[in-house]
Amino acid sequence: MPRKIPESDALTAALLFAVNPAGLGGVVLRSLSGPDRDAWVAELRRLLPDSAPFVKVPVNVGFDRLLGGLDFAATVGSGKPVFSTGLIESADDGVLCLAMAERIDDGAATIVAQALDTGSVRVERDGLAEKRASRIGVLAFDEGIEAEETVNAALRERLAMYVTADMLSEMCHEIRSATGRRRAAFSRNDVCAARVRLDDVTVPEGVLVLLVQTALAFGVSSVRAELLAAEAARTAAALLGKSEVGDEEAALAARLVLAPRATRLPAETPEESPPSDDATPPDDAPGDDESPSSATSLPDEMIVEAVRAAVPEGLLERLAGDRVERQAASSGRSNEKTKSRWRGRPVGVRPSSDLTTSRLNLLATLKAAAPWQTLRRREEPGHAAGGQPADNEAPRLLLRREDLHVNRYQDSVETSTIFVVDASGSQAAQRLAEVKGAIELLLNDCYVRRDQVALIAFRGDAAETLLPPTRALARAKRSLAALPGGGATPLANGLDAARELAVGVARQGRIPVIVLLTDGRANIDRNGEQGAERAGADALSAAKVLRAEGFRTLLVDTSRRPRASAKELGAAMGARYAPLPFADAASISATVQSKVA
Amino acid sequence: MFPFSAIVAQDEMKRALMIAAVDRSIGGVLLFGDRGTGKSTAIRALASLLPKMRAVPGCPYNADPECELHECGFCSAPKRKTRLMPVPVVDLPLGVTEDRVVGALDIEKALVHGQKSFDPGLLARANRGFLYIDEVNLLEDHIVDLLLDVAASGENLVEREGLSVRHPARFVLVGSGNPEEGELRPQLLDRFGLAVDVKTSADVKGRVEVIKRRDAYERNDEAFRKKWSRADGTLRRKIVKARERLEEIELGDELLEKAAVLCMALGTDGSRGELTLIRAARAYAALSGAEAVALEHLRDVAPMALSHRLRRNPLDDSSASARVQRVLEQEF
Repeated sequence: MPRKIPESDALTAALLFAVNPAGLGGVVLRSLSGPDRDAWVAELRRLLPDSAPFVKVPVNVGFDRLLGGLDFAATVGSGKPVFSTGLIESADDGVLCLAMAERIDDGAATIVAQALDTGSVRVERDGLAEKRASRIGVLAFDEGIEAEETVNAALRERLAMYVTADMLSEMCHEIRSATGRRRAAFSRNDVCAARVRLDDVTVPEGVLVLLVQTALAFGVSSVRAELLAAEAARTAAALLGKSEVGDEEAALAARLVLAPRATRLPAETPEESPPSDDATPPDDAPGDDESPSSATSLPDEMIVEAVRAAVPEGLLERLAGDRVERQAASSGRSNEKTKSRWRGRPVGVRPSSDLTTSRLNLLATLKAAAPWQTLRRREEPGHAAGGQPADNEAPRLLLRREDLHVNRYQDSVETSTIFVVDASGSQAAQRLAEVKGAIELLLNDCYVRRDQVALIAFRGDAAETLLPPTRALARAKRSLAALPGGGATPLANGLDAARELAVGVARQGRIPVIVLLTDGRANIDRNGEQGAERAGADALSAAKVLRAEGFRTLLVDTSRRPRASAKELGAAMGARYAPLPFADAASISATVQSKVA
Repeated sequence: MFPFSAIVAQDEMKRALMIAAVDRSIGGVLLFGDRGTGKSTAIRALASLLPKMRAVPGCPYNADPECELHECGFCSAPKRKTRLMPVPVVDLPLGVTEDRVVGALDIEKALVHGQKSFDPGLLARANRGFLYIDEVNLLEDHIVDLLLDVAASGENLVEREGLSVRHPARFVLVGSGNPEEGELRPQLLDRFGLAVDVKTSADVKGRVEVIKRRDAYERNDEAFRKKWSRADGTLRRKIVKARERLEEIELGDELLEKAAVLCMALGTDGSRGELTLIRAARAYAALSGAEAVALEHLRDVAPMALSHRLRRNPLDDSSASARVQRVLEQEF
């Protein structure tokens, strides 16, 4: 048996997961599909015992398949209720593999999370009440690209380890190199032996203290992270044949489990609020300037360094700014965290006989009616006893009102209001403050309607998405307050950014509403060149594209007196026009709400 | 089941659950907050703290033999026997279908025997007990509608498949969730008597203790439960005692006035908040073994009784309980 943990963290993650899938919850594999990812999965399957099931879950899985439920065909065929096993249960003692986990909906993610918590699935569906053992480990394929686009937070938090694409390519390198081949020689037998030993490995209190201190120092708030780290350390010790967790395993666990969850570096002053504006992201330069001030509860230096080195690049930049920066020029994909319940596909069915507002779901309706046919036939007036239809009569489906099911996503459609704010110099400071005030009023209104809001600002030579669509209005208010003014007016860029965002929103099944606040005086064109004429022409053409997309738009003219340029722009966009002095929240809200397609 | 008394710290959460157990009329508890703080653990642990109740064995509605409608035939039998039974804490799992919530035709009997008979759902099972919804903000809207209706009337009325059934469904709603998953509908929020913002603690010792206990529990749950059964027993007796004394707890006029002033200053809607505040203070006083409600009781329960009833100001960053705290400091 090899006595050394592999150099590659990705390999180590596969090893630990193979030993203790249910204890560690699982692994997030954040990478596009490809040979690297396949290699990791192959490695995992090589290590997992033969008996361990490996169950794949498609992204659009329904609750019925996930949990199990009545098998309608078998039930009707056999004349007695037949339970069909759900995917979670069939992964008992093995691995549940979620394809495109970043797009899995919140409900499904929560069901998996609950199975992880309780080691079982509860089924209360279709007249069945079952509780079934399912000790699973979850392998989540996260193909998200942007930071916000990732696995549902409740689920992700229960999965101990995160493997990134970089870690995967490093792993492939190690596998290819000769030394790697020798070293990565843990076998399935080693895994099985470690499984047996696992229960007897103890974690000394000193190690627990160290892990907790490390977690706190790196701003990891959930106790679950520490529990998983301790479990990972135990698993590593079992693999190495130790009976007690030592510092080495603790450092490994901290690196694999705690580092990806870091929200700050320990060198920073541990203050509640992140540095307000323009915080230079702490570059990864250990030893550069170690502030000893927060050393009160700083854990062992070795572990801190291990974690620090493993904190993913870019993570802290993102957190330091507490906002997601997006260049307006990137491609037009959806950029919301994929946790929407209103994506394009139907999210489910519900019993309802109200067919005036919703569409009938034929399959669900037939399914609901099927089990009751014998009973109903017997109750049919004038029916001969025995329950069989007369020979020459085609069996007729007896449908009742309560069988009717309708598609659920039709019920309501949410709106995302995209505020596009002109923060250029022509908006004098005081004017900008008024604009911010107006938006705050509108935010209140969005809250009442439970809208999402997004915020784009343009000034200088580019537009910037300050806030992707969110329902966290306090965040919107914060980013609005922090918005500085001044600079030129790249109006066309602002409009392009708005269109791009709106297209993404529409793709998720929401209705985008664009509220543009500007005086309509552009002076930077699409290429970032000065010149009012080009800039104006570009803005008009961008406006026309918006109109062509058919988005609902509103232009709030923020100039002192209503101007022709703003009106003209509004007309090109097909927007409603409202000069700011008269643009009170009520009238704007009415505009936003009106059902102009 | 993880023992309630083995949960480290989180005093406010535990207090809210105990208060709800003492006085069911307060209307349940909502635990909202950070992940990994033991919300679900605490609620599931509550079951073992609840003193047993008298019912007829086999009755699908856990009906009170003394005073409830008897649909099932068990309770109306002439020589029924009653027994002390555990109070149900029923989990409402995500993905539940409507028929399992309210009850429906028994599918097996319908298929095999062609018979019509009612198969009671989760609401029947939760009668006189607690109904727990994990991730309450992810519950589907039409299920929420069902719950709101039944929670208000205390009775479940089923009209489907030609069946017409009415049975008692008086349950205490307990919910937990994470605010990041979305906000709760105000109507549902209002159904919860108490709401607690659960926060993680940064205390190293406490967190190490959490891990140690969790580990001990997972290694040998039976021994672990045994170790804590005495502490759980003490809490259980405290609840029983508090229930008995609840009516005798005195409540002075000046405290009633204080409660009114507080609610006014916070601008809570309607008198529901005030009523809950007073009831919670009384239950808390009973739990603490006091003879009368004191100012400190009122102060300690005010955040959990009122924080979710404030008129929401979505642009105010400070948490609702911080706002309550602010007004408390001004007024008291």
